[in-house]
Parts: sequence; structure tokens; C-alpha cells
Amino acid sequence: MQACTLTASNIACRRGDRLLFAGLSCDLSGGDALHLAGPNGVGKSSLIRIIAGLLRPFEGGVIRKGAIALLDDRPALDEYSTLGDALDFWANIDGGTADTGTFGLGELLDVPVRFLSTGQRKRAALARMAGQDAPIWLLDEPLNGLDKDAVAIAEQLVADHCKAGGIAIIASHQPFTQNGMQRLELPEFTP
Amino acid sequence: MNGALWQIFKRDFAMLMPGGRRGGSLLPLLFFLAVAMLFPFAVGPEPALLAKTGGGVAWIAALLAALLPLDRLVAPDLECGVLDQFALRGISDEASMASRLIAHWLGFGPPLVLAVFPAAALLGLDGSTLHFLLLGLLAGTPGLAAIGLMIAALTASFRSGTALAGLMLVPLAVPILVFGAGSIPTGNYSGIALTAAISLALVAITPFAAGAAIRAAREG
Repeated sequence: MQACTLTASNIACRRGDRLLFAGLSCDLSGGDALHLAGPNGVGKSSLIRIIAGLLRPFEGGVIRKGAIALLDDRPALDEYSTLGDALDFWANIDGGTADTGTFGLGELLDVPVRFLSTGQRKRAALARMAGQDAPIWLLDEPLNGLDKDAVAIAEQLVADHCKAGGIAIIASHQPFTQNGMQRLELPEFTP
Repeated sequence: MNGALWQIFKRDFAMLMPGGRRGGSLLPLLFFLAVAMLFPFAVGPEPALLAKTGGGVAWIAALLAALLPLDRLVAPDLECGVLDQFALRGISDEASMASRLIAHWLGFGPPLVLAVFPAAALLGLDGSTLHFLLLGLLAGTPGLAAIGLMIAALTASFRSGTALAGLMLVPLAVPILVFGAGSIPTGNYSGIALTAAISLALVAITPFAAGAAIRAAREG
């Protein structure tokens, strides 16, 4: 895995007229995992999008070294194609192969994405993200809709990723079990 | 990166060609033919009248047919996060929109040009009218596809984007209509050349305008 670092300095985020948070900094390097915690609406998803470079911060900046993989509530899989085709599309772009075995997706590959349940979609999105082979993982509520077994698989996946020298940032209001994970309470930065 | 763009183009094309996965791409063709079929019923079957007005009607039908696929062009990909995933992989919005523009035209322009033949028979158009109608549509459909994509990207994040898109396309398409349909009664090629020039300009700016619209939608 390529070396990766992620530095966010003095980030502020404004949505509409409201300042969600300000003065937030963090510095992560290979092997680090960070849990963004806080209640709904505190700005976890906005922070994830700022770190991903999809949203401009109101103040401050983010320096990324290494490719970014994002998992959020939208699986980015074509509703009208089969799961196998939808995953192959991303695998072809990323130049890898989709790992369907880990998430128990093997028997769903012929099923069109629009027929999948919430949990199955989330598993498919995890498989898509894991197949991207990017060193920085941003996970926005990765455990939503997953059953107990799938939660364990997702936690193991993140553990293996960090062990291999990757960075993982997890925004979740649920507990996410991970050894040596840093924790950032977003409400502390609410002005 | 070229490999990735080729994959994106293949997906766009499979999605937007007639009978493609996102469906409904045959609708513009059927709509176009339906107008050509209904027009003689409405104005009467006099051959002289039909021959005189038929070319213009075919142009209006083509322009309105261009409205039909707009809601499927950009909005579904913006909603389900595909465009965000492209951006994360360093594929610019301009590049993915350029690919979509080509795929959109291929799924809409050539089939429409083919549908002109049965439409010309229904309207009783003569050889010269058919000639200039075909050339005009070949020159004008890339421009219609470009306007359509630009507007689809601009309205992708709106709730009632499609209705708005229809209203926005009409004024922007007027120059293409004026010169394209105008070349039929005058019977010279300068109108076709002007239509092609407008189309080229629109095709050139559309990837940038659509890309900027998508970035703005992301911030919203």
C-alpha cells in the first residue's frame, strides 16, 4: 500500500446560515483509525465530504497524500444493472477485481441492484470500496442497515486495512469496535 | 486514465442507447413519429400545405423529442453518488460529461435522422425538403444534445427539474431551429452551415458548463 497522510487544519464548515463546526484539526498517518462521533446533524457527513474534497470548507484546508475511497449512504451502483455488472464497472475503472466473497454477495451477483435490501446494498458498497485499493478510507455511517455478522466483517475489514498501513476515518453515531482508534467528538467544535 | 474514460463511455452508451438499461430512449423516436402522423390529421391532408409546412413541423417535433430523455441524463447519477465517486478517482466532471454528451447524441441523433424517412413519407415531403431536413438535423442534433445535457446538469439537483428543463431548452434551441428549419424553404446550404456552427460552439462549451453545474450541485 502506498504511503499516506491526511492533515486537516483549522476546518470550519458552514451550511446555509449555520456554522456547524469551526477550528477542527487532525493529523493522521498510515495505520491510524479515527472515529468521528456526535449526534445527528452535528456535521459528520459534511466533515467527511470536506476531507474527501467534495465540499469546500468555509475556512481551513485539507492536505491529502494518497487516493481516497468514500463510502456513504449512496452505494453508487446502477439500479438497473445486476450487482455483478455494477461491481465490475468499478473494478474495471479501478483496475482490480471486486471481492464479493468476503461480504457473502456471491449468490446476489445476478440480482438487479434495485431489488437489494438496505443491508445488501451496504455490503455491496463496502465490497466496491475495498476493491478500490485506496489507502485513505472515509466511511460515513458504515454500519447502518448491517446485521451483526456483517458488522463484524466490516470492523475486521477496517482493522486489516489499518494494519496494512492505511488510514480509516469512520463517522458514526454507533460504536465501532477497533483497537487503538482515536476518537474525535464533533460537538466540542460546535461554536 | 484513458482506460477509465473508456469504461465510463461504455456505461453511458449502454445506458442511453435506444433500448438501453435506463430505458425510455425509444420514446423520442416514437414521439417524433407520432407528431408527424398527427399533423396531417390536424391541418388536413392537402399535399401542397403539408409539403410547405412539413419540414418545419419535423423540426419542432425533433426539438421537443430532445426534451424527453433529459430527466435520465444526469440526475440519477448525481443522486446515487456515481459522479462523486468519479471525482474521487480524479476523473474530472468535464471528462465524464464529455463522454455523456457523445453517448447522448449517439442514442438520440442518428435514430432521429433515420426516423425522418418514415416521417417524410407521412408528411408527403418532396426530395429537396427531405434533403435539407436530413442535413439540417445532422448538423443540429449535436447542438440539441449539448443544450439538453447542459440543462440536465443544471437542473439535476432540483426536485421538479424536468419541467424547468423543458422551459429552459426552448429559448436556447431557437437559433438552431431558425437556421436549420430556415434552410428548407430557401434551399441553400448557408443555413445548414450556420446550424453546424452553432452546434459546434454548443458542443465545445457543454462539458465545461455541465461540469461546473455538477460541482455547484455538490456544494449545495
